[in-house]
Amino acid sequence: MTPIDLTPADLLIAASLVLVDALASVLLGLRLHRQLLVAAARCAVQLLLIGFLLRFVFAAEAPLLTLGIILLMVAIAGREVAARPERRLARYGNQIAGLSAVALATFITAVFALATAIRPEPWYAARYAIPLAGIMLGNALNAASLSLDALLSAVTRERAAIEAQLALGATFRDAMRPLIREAVRRGMLPIVNTMSAAGLVTLPGIMTGQILAGLSPVSAVKYQIMLMFLLAGATGIAAVGAAYFAARRLTDGRERLRLDRLH
Amino acid sequence: MPPSPAEAVASFLVAAGLRGAAGGPFDLELGRGEAVAITGPSGAGKSVLLRMIADLDPHEGQVALGGADRAAMPAPSWRRRVAYLPAEPGWWHETAAAHFPDRAAAAEMMPQLALAPALLDQKIHRLSTGERMRLALIRTILPRPDVLLLDEPTGALDPKATVLVEKLLALRLAAGTAIVMVTHDEEQAQRLGAQRMHLEGGRLNLA
Repeated sequence: MTPIDLTPADLLIAASLVLVDALASVLLGLRLHRQLLVAAARCAVQLLLIGFLLRFVFAAEAPLLTLGIILLMVAIAGREVAARPERRLARYGNQIAGLSAVALATFITAVFALATAIRPEPWYAARYAIPLAGIMLGNALNAASLSLDALLSAVTRERAAIEAQLALGATFRDAMRPLIREAVRRGMLPIVNTMSAAGLVTLPGIMTGQILAGLSPVSAVKYQIMLMFLLAGATGIAAVGAAYFAARRLTDGRERLRLDRLH
Repeated sequence: MPPSPAEAVASFLVAAGLRGAAGGPFDLELGRGEAVAITGPSGAGKSVLLRMIADLDPHEGQVALGGADRAAMPAPSWRRRVAYLPAEPGWWHETAAAHFPDRAAAAEMMPQLALAPALLDQKIHRLSTGERMRLALIRTILPRPDVLLLDEPTGALDPKATVLVEKLLALRLAAGTAIVMVTHDEEQAQRLGAQRMHLEGGRLNLA
């Protein structure tokens, strides 16, 4: 089966639906048409650019270039994680926690998948490594930022409770355990929901795309299942990592709660 | 080398050159079974001083207990021996009982502070401020720390409960515990036979 290749004309026909939206916005006075058209144009331009870039990178077969692109993606994701929570750890604590968490999650799961299940030739082939890292990153980002946000807001709220335990001789790790548990839970809930709803409520995007591109539904489903499991691994690592890395910045050698490092 | 018995009694808890957000340097020395009551205007840093001794805030200075330097022992071990009770103690479980590793011991001490042991099964937020304060005191005293750092332990209590708390503290003093307490009640210091000190303008002086 060969995928049905889309022509520019096909895309223009689909774009007419965006125009319908814009028209509705004008008629109903939603004042959304401008934003909508800009967003649609951005979407098309950004995706086309990335398409050409990826075509170039796939053809180049240069491992260093692949690694460079993945590192850039990791850096952007780390920045996103750091920016979401309302509270900031001093000395780039959010950035360090976010970056470490998503990097750890992405590299472990992507290398695991490339070395076992997918096994392209060579194992670091850009065509597999980049999309795989991308989807892992997207989910790791989500999990890490939820977990980080939960931990940083809870630690301020629970200050008296944490210090009461420290004052009685508890270790910082013990005093923080319930907060870390809750933060990791928050980070992992979305993937649990996604997995339980998959196929019943939603047809996951990757699978839909592969079916549209001509793959047999069962093959597409197998891919999707594997991806879900990989994502479960990545979100778990990212949520745990973000919570632990952030908690470590909130204490010192004397097991104090250092809220002065949180702004 | 262990200090001679006389020396150990004279200076059980020794804090020297404590300097932090509340000013300083503060020096403090007390023996086993001795109490110090610190008075001073609000915001003078009385609580901060207790927190420094408990090693809960970054600061300069040395503290030793029975000749053993605080810096040489892990912070949790130090805080088990030098226990701090804040004016508004925190709680981290839903029920009162869950905060006590030894429920029977807590239930045994509660009547001494006019608390019914059945209160242990209450949710923390259902308890009154005074009940919570007394439970927190029991929580701090039960592990038998060598030093108690108490921030207004009777601030939220009626006169009757105050007398009971003082009785309990006197028992601990008689058993050799050293107590550093922040209080607004000068007579309380007298009743406990505590040495009075005044903290104001970043200076700690005998009152």
